[in-house]
Order: sequence, then structure tokens, then C-alpha cells
Amino acid sequence: MKELSELILPADIRYTDDHEWARQVGDTIRIGVSDYAQDQLGDIVFVEFPEVGDTFEKGEEFGSLESVKAVSELYLPIGGEIVAINEALEDSPELINEDPYANWIVEIKPAGDDEYDALLNAQDYLDTLKG
Amino acid sequence: MRYLPHTQEEIAEMLAEVGKESLNDLFSTIPDDCRMEGDIDLPPSMTEWELDAHMAQIGASMRVTPQHKVLVGAGSYHHYIPEMIRALASRSEFLTAYTPYQPEMAQGTLQGIYEYQTLTARLLGMDVANASIYDGGAALAEALLMGLRINKKCKKVAVSKGIHPHHRQVVRTYLQATDFEIVELPLGEDGRTDLASLAEYSDLAAVALQSPNFLGVIEDLQAAGEKIHETGALFVTSFTEPLAFGLLKNPGECGADIVCGEGQSMGLARSFGGPGLGMFACKDKFTRNMPGRLVGETVDKDGKRGFVLTLATREQHIRREKATSNICSNQGICAMMAGMFMATLGGTGLRELAQLNHSKAEYLKSELRKAGAEIVFDSPTFNEFLVRFPSDFKPVYKQLFDNGIVAGIEVGRYYPQYKGCYLFCATETVGKGDIDAVVQEVRR
Amino acid sequence: MKNVPGTSGLIMNEPLLWEKGKKGRKGMSIPAADVPQVEMVSTLKGAGPDFPDLSEVDIVRHYTRLSQWNFGVDTGMYPLGSCTMKYNPKTNEKQAATPAIGAAHPMLDDEYVQGTLKIMYDLQQYLQAITGMPAATLQPSAGAQGELTGMLIFDAYHRSKGSKRTKILIPDTAHGTNPASAALCGYKPVPVASNADGVLDVESVAALMDEETAGIMVTNPNTLGLFESNIRAVAEIVHAKGGLVYGDGANMNAIMGIVDISKCGVDVMHLNLHKTFSTPHGGGGPGAGPVCVVEKLKKFLPVPHVLKEGETYRLDWNNPDSIGRVHGYHGNYGVLVRAYSYILSMGAANLKKASQLAVLNANYIKEKLRKALHLPYDQPCMHECVFSDAKQHELKVSTLDIAKRLIDYGYHPPTIYFPLVVPGAIMIEPTETECKEDIDQFIETILLILEEAKTNPELLHSAPVRTKLKRLDETLAARKPCLCG
Repeated sequence: MKELSELILPADIRYTDDHEWARQVGDTIRIGVSDYAQDQLGDIVFVEFPEVGDTFEKGEEFGSLESVKAVSELYLPIGGEIVAINEALEDSPELINEDPYANWIVEIKPAGDDEYDALLNAQDYLDTLKG
Repeated sequence: MRYLPHTQEEIAEMLAEVGKESLNDLFSTIPDDCRMEGDIDLPPSMTEWELDAHMAQIGASMRVTPQHKVLVGAGSYHHYIPEMIRALASRSEFLTAYTPYQPEMAQGTLQGIYEYQTLTARLLGMDVANASIYDGGAALAEALLMGLRINKKCKKVAVSKGIHPHHRQVVRTYLQATDFEIVELPLGEDGRTDLASLAEYSDLAAVALQSPNFLGVIEDLQAAGEKIHETGALFVTSFTEPLAFGLLKNPGECGADIVCGEGQSMGLARSFGGPGLGMFACKDKFTRNMPGRLVGETVDKDGKRGFVLTLATREQHIRREKATSNICSNQGICAMMAGMFMATLGGTGLRELAQLNHSKAEYLKSELRKAGAEIVFDSPTFNEFLVRFPSDFKPVYKQLFDNGIVAGIEVGRYYPQYKGCYLFCATETVGKGDIDAVVQEVRR
Repeated sequence: MKNVPGTSGLIMNEPLLWEKGKKGRKGMSIPAADVPQVEMVSTLKGAGPDFPDLSEVDIVRHYTRLSQWNFGVDTGMYPLGSCTMKYNPKTNEKQAATPAIGAAHPMLDDEYVQGTLKIMYDLQQYLQAITGMPAATLQPSAGAQGELTGMLIFDAYHRSKGSKRTKILIPDTAHGTNPASAALCGYKPVPVASNADGVLDVESVAALMDEETAGIMVTNPNTLGLFESNIRAVAEIVHAKGGLVYGDGANMNAIMGIVDISKCGVDVMHLNLHKTFSTPHGGGGPGAGPVCVVEKLKKFLPVPHVLKEGETYRLDWNNPDSIGRVHGYHGNYGVLVRAYSYILSMGAANLKKASQLAVLNANYIKEKLRKALHLPYDQPCMHECVFSDAKQHELKVSTLDIAKRLIDYGYHPPTIYFPLVVPGAIMIEPTETECKEDIDQFIETILLILEEAKTNPELLHSAPVRTKLKRLDETLAARKPCLCG
């Protein structure tokens, strides 16, 4: 497993305590998991997606990632409606291990305006990992 | 005691090593008020020979003997079990192994279960079969819970009254502490499930039918499946006599989404009802909602084919309260034996054996009819059927019992409308002579 | 030449069943028809399954070869923690195969099956005597089904008091079956942390127990191999709030003849006959999970329940408060007979001795390995001891590596990565049937492997190498599931 100093944490996205990240892309926001999350979980073998059109509150469970011997629930950093899922992960869940930031999991249309800015920046997230 | 290898000297040496004075001292963390006073109240220990004699005595106290011809199925069938199955299943490399958590040490179990899964899936016409559930009752309960998981928004399931009454009771038990509701679908005059009432429900997660059903009648699964799917529910079929699929269309061909049932018929002794085998299969798209273990193919470091337990994230040891089932121990060696039995018959043998069962039962049916008994249902049956006698059958039953034949079971306890009717079963183990003896006594 | 048997040493190669055989072969002697053939109605008739056709010899060789790739208790030491892999006596197999028992149909009237009913009745009595509990059912097919039976009894009890409770306390050391079984009854599991000594604190239970909580599920001895010494005080707190105490008897092998379960405040308890009572695990099952209860819960036990009236045994179906059936017939009956045979062979004194020796063996291993492996809870243990790989971290050697290397030396590895409260756990349960020289040899082997970890860790990383197959790719199996050939 990676040391904290080895983690890749891009500065242009936001993070949560639950190890998801969020990236503003026009009107929508893409959601994925951090390098720390994929590293802890190990080889990801399955992504359980929500359906397009489902809506979730902030912090609500919207899916899960599975490795061979663990399951990690996914929590939505920002409340909203699922407008797309990354179908490439259905056949190749290992893409998340390869690059957790290029391989987003879902895209949402946020319900409110201000939630994105309230999320952690890379430095704050790293601080939470340091505990 | 021959299972306890420690000598007094060894005990003393080991106690010295752990710094204890006596065996009792090992239990110092147990408070006094939790301790047992005196000895466990049990009979004195027996030698191996005394135990043999004791068990022989118990065996002799059974009024039904292994020599009896038992013309009873009702979920537990008498078929010939080739000796090699007992011999192979009692190989202790299989029998005394645990669940194959270390695949490099358990390829025998893993390949054997993979073969069982495959043959089961082929028998039932489904994509995936699991490594087993406890028995037919638990398998049905798990199938309905699976249906409720898949059709999350629905809170109701329907079960046909043609399903083994004990299995329906197990379903009630499993669901009683939940807020799910169970609806029972009645049997029609033809002995098949009457689906007319289905239209009343729009919120059924799953509907289950058994075929051949408890009273022996073969359901029209294809037609039933279409009606059930129209309501949006999953189509669950169960069985207690899997041998029938050697002759009948399999449930997969008839549109079943989940198939479950009791597999005792596949090479297991009746053994007073257990251990049996909960067979469980489904369509591919529902695999991740399945209960129980699954064995899958993979490769080792050198690229050689091998087998492992897989998709374990569904299971209790990983997903705990969110698991698809609480099952851990299953019916491992029984599934292996069923695999052996299916391999022993092969496609050709299974067909022949199924045909023979059907012919024997049809012969018994026609002879009883000639003797004045009424065959309750005209619908097609496989190796079991329901009979109504013109007068009280109990005295005849008792006489036949004394003559070494168990002539069916009375079904009034389960189906009050058929009180006094007897459910008969004829398998390959029943000779024409046995059947003629029954009929002769009926005529008398 | 590569598929010729024997090229892999004396571990034979063997294909899958359907990769061998010839259409038209048969492995079974099917009697000739002595009645006219009657055709099945054509609309119902199918083609029959695509099974391979094989001869008796094909099948015997197939499964014999498969068996040689397997490892059982009869092959060698199997110190799998929490699983009680003790020796499975041969006489038990013989007794379960008694012809009159094997042929007994489960739906005949009681008068015809007195012998099989007697075994059930007597076994109930014996299990009651061993636990100190006044009533039992034999129906549950395995430990997890016993837990479900117990939770349904909790639910029925609370309903009989006019309430539906919604939560259940489960210690963080519990088996995964506990929360999964409770969830089937709609109970939300509330985890209770064990204390620094690895056992339950009275205060932490008191803080969580309330009148919404149905009770607590306690494995005792727990999965750290420690006796829950506060069990009585915990039970009092739970009872004071109207709750019940469930005892998971998976670890009963440590305390037979020593602990009276009814005195611990336990209301319902299951036993694993395939652990404590020596019945074989069969590569996964079948097990049996009888449930014992206190007097006030007797009326909720599954039906039918076997009774003795004079010298006659009878199935009692009439119990309106019963939770109902959990099995189609009487449970995994053949397993019950094996346990009955074991208890009769052992008697009271030997059952107690078995527990004492199981605990002695575990403590001995704990003492001998405590310098070489990290011992997270340094307490007198019961029948199993739990280490971790913490000391091996700097060598980049893990619990998994140690386990896989043990295979090369002919041992089944201990339970690994459980309990979850110990990262990298190595949970060793030797059982009483391993003799001192075998235990010594096992200890020596572990020490040797830990030396290898220092001098040549690659031996551990690449283990096992002496098995038919090397480490298997579990990731591939899960990513691209191939579950059917």
C-alpha cells in the first residue's frame, strides 16, 4: 500500500471524508474515488452503479466498489440527480485502479448551487488522512 | 479415550510450559458463578462394540425396515444409489475438509463443486447454480427473499398451494419477522395452480410454483410463466423430484427466473429427511443477488486452470448484515454426491431412469384405477399421484405394511379437501410384483 | 504428452467431467422395465440435459484423482480457528449409515419410526445436559440457521410481550453470520466494541442497551479465544431492559463440562455439531445447528418437537406459539446421528477432558510462539489463540504469505484476517485431537517459516510451490466470473 506521501491528489478537484472526489464539468459534476480509496481497496472487480435518473441527497449511498474480499460503499458528495454513469467501468472496473481521476464513476446534476465549494480541497483532504 | 492422545506426562510437560498447575487452572478466567456443578448428566461412555450393539437395537426398533417397499415420495424419494457414490464420497480428503478457503489445498472440492454447479445448471436449464442451500425449504425461502431484493419496491410474494406444505411452512418462518406478505395461490380441480387470482395483485415481487407439485401433478410452467411475467413478478419454480427433468422440459425452457428445490433424489439416502440438498439456480443477470457460495474458474500463477470461491462479497463474512443470505456452512458433500450421481447416470441414463419411473407410476395408476380406485387428477404426473379409495383405506394400508409395503401417505393433514386420499409414488425400486401385490390387497 | 497422468508427479491430471466420456456409456445399472413403457405427454416433454456419459471406472478414477488434490483432517493438522477441525471418528459414519436409519422415510407415522425418534429425543436430552439448558430443537441445518432460529425466537418473544424491537447488540469480534442472521429478522445490528483486554465491558453494553433493543448476541468464548468473563453482568443489564441474550456456541469446544450456559444468563444458544461434536465438514457441509433455550422460550421452538410419553416417542405438532419450521423435515438427520454416536462414545468425563486438552493445546502454542509473532491480546486463552503479522511488516511479509508457506510444509493454514479487530490476524485452533509431538512440529514449522521470512522472503511470497496449483488468481475469477462449464 502507498505511503501518504505517495498519494496523487490533484489540486483542481474537491474531496470528501469518505474518499470520493468531485469535479465541476460545466453544469454537471463528475464523481469518483480518490487514489487513497482505490489503493486501500486493492484490485477492484465490480462497480455497482445507480440508475440514471435516480436522485440522492448529499452523503447518501449511491453504489459500491468491490474488491475480491471487501466492499466499499460510495456516498454522494453533493445531492442531485444521476445524469450519467461511466459504462466503461462495467467491463473494466480495473480502470479505477489504473487512474482513479480520469475514470469517474457517475455524473450528477447538483440539486443546489453551493455544495461543491464546501467540499475539502486537496490539502484539507490530505490533512484528514493524516488524522 | 482413543480420540484424546495426550499422556499424563505430556499433560504435565505442557502445563509446565504454560505455567499452570493443573488442567483446571487453565480456566481461571471463568467466573465461579458460571461454572457447571458436578459432571454432565450423560450415559456412561460406550466402547465401539457397545455402540454398534446399541445402534443395532435402535435399528431393530424401527417398524419400517430397509426391506420395506416404500411407495411414498412426498419430497423424499427412494432411488438406487450406486455403491461407488458412497465409496467416493467417504474419501476423507473430501469428507474431512473444511470450506475451500485455501484453494491450493482444496482443488478436489472446488472442481467437484464447479462440476456440480454446471450439471445442475444444465439439468434445470439455467445459467448459474450455486454450491447449495440446506434443503428444499430453505432454498425456496432464499429464492423468494432474492425476488424481494431484486424487485425492491414490492413487498409481497405468492406461493402455490401445490408447493410441498413443509417448504411453504419454512417460507412462513423465514418471512415472519419481516414486513413482507405471503399470498397462497389455490389449486384448481385439475391439481394445477389456479392463477386466476394473480390479476388481483400488482405488487408481487415473485411467484413460486412447484413442478411436479406436491400432489404429483406437472404444472404447465410455460403458460404459468407467461402469466406471472405479465404481473411484473419474477417466476420462481421449485421441485422435490429433479429426476423428472430427465423427461420433462426444464424450468429454464419454461421461462423461470430462479429455480430451487430439494435434491435428495440425486444420490442421497432418505435418512429420515436429512441431510438433503437445496439446489439453487438462476439467470445470469441475477447472479450478484444470489445467496450462498459460488465456485468459479480461474488460473494459477503459471496460467494453469484452477478453481476458487468467488463473488464472495455477496456473503455474510464480508458484507455482514447486508449479505444476500446468512448461510455459511452449506451441504458441501451432499452437493458433491449429487454431482457424482448426475455423472453416473449421464444424459442417456438419466433419460432412461426418468422414463422408467414414469412408466412404473403409470402402471400403478392404471392398475389401481382398474381395481376401483379413483385417480384424483386427470392431469399428467411423473412418478407420484393422488388416489381416492371407495372405502376407508387405513385397514388395507396396515395390512400392506405388515406385508412389507408402505402404500402411500394420507394427505388430509395438509389438504383437508383431500382427506382420506393417498399420495403414491413408484420409482425404479418398485417391481411389477410389488405393484400387483398392492392392487391385489386393494381389490380384496 | 502434457495431459498424460503422472507427468505432474503422482498428483494426477484430470479433466472436467464433460471433457471425458462417450455418448451411450452409463455408470449405473438401471433395471430393465417390467412394465409397459408409457410416453410422457408430448407438450411437457423435454430433451433431457446435456450430461456427459461415463462408465463406472471413469467416475471412480475422476473423483479419486480429485480427492488427491484435497486436504482433510485425516491428511494432517488443520488448525483453522473458529472451525474446530477435530478428528471425525469413523464409527460415527458407520452409525449414521445404519440401514434402518438410512432408509427411514421422514413422513411416516410415529409408530413406524420409533428408533429414529428415540435418537432425536435422546440427543436433545444430551445437548440440554451439556449446556444446562432445559429445552432444545434439532431442526436448524447449520450454525447460521440456528442463529436465525434464535433471532426468530427473540422476535416471537418480544411480540408476545406486545412489542417489536428494532436493534440488536453485536460485539465487534462476532462472526459475520450474526449480523446477517439478525438482519433477516429486521434487526439493525449495533456494534459493541470490546475493551483493551479483548472482552465486553459492562459499561459499553449498558450505554447501548435500551428498550428498542431486542438483546445481544455473544460468542463465548469469543473469536479472540477469550472467555467473556463479564457475561453474567452483561446479561443482567440486557434482561433489565427486557432484552434477551443469545449465545453463539461456535466455540463450545472450550467449555464442555466446565461452564453451565444457563448460569451465564444466556437465553438461547446454538451448538455447531460439525465443530464441537466431531461431525465432518464435508468440504463445506452439511452441518447441524441445534438450538437450546431457557424454559420461558420453549413454547417458541420449531415444530414438530419430539416428546417421550412412557416408552413411546411422538412428534408434537401442536404448538400455537412456535416460530414454525426451519427445515423441510427434521434437520440434517444424518449429522445428528453422528453427534449422538460421538457423545455416547465420549461420555461426560471425556467431553470435559476434550475441552481441557483443546485449551491446553492452544495455550501451549500461544506460549511457544509469543516471541516470534505479535500477540495482540496477552490473556490466558481458551481453545484458540490469535496472533498477527505486525512483527513481520518490516520484512514485507504478510499473514497470507505465512499461511501459504505453511501449505508447502503440509499444514492447513490457520484462519487468517479474522477476527476483524486484529489486523493481519492469524487465528490458531489446534483442537484436542492433535498430540504433543504434532503440535511441537507445527510450532517448529511456524518458527522455521518466520526465519525464512528474514533470510529469503521470496519463499513465502511465491508459496505454495509443492501443490498441484500455485497461487490462484482470485481477482480474475471475480472480474470475469465463469461459474458454469
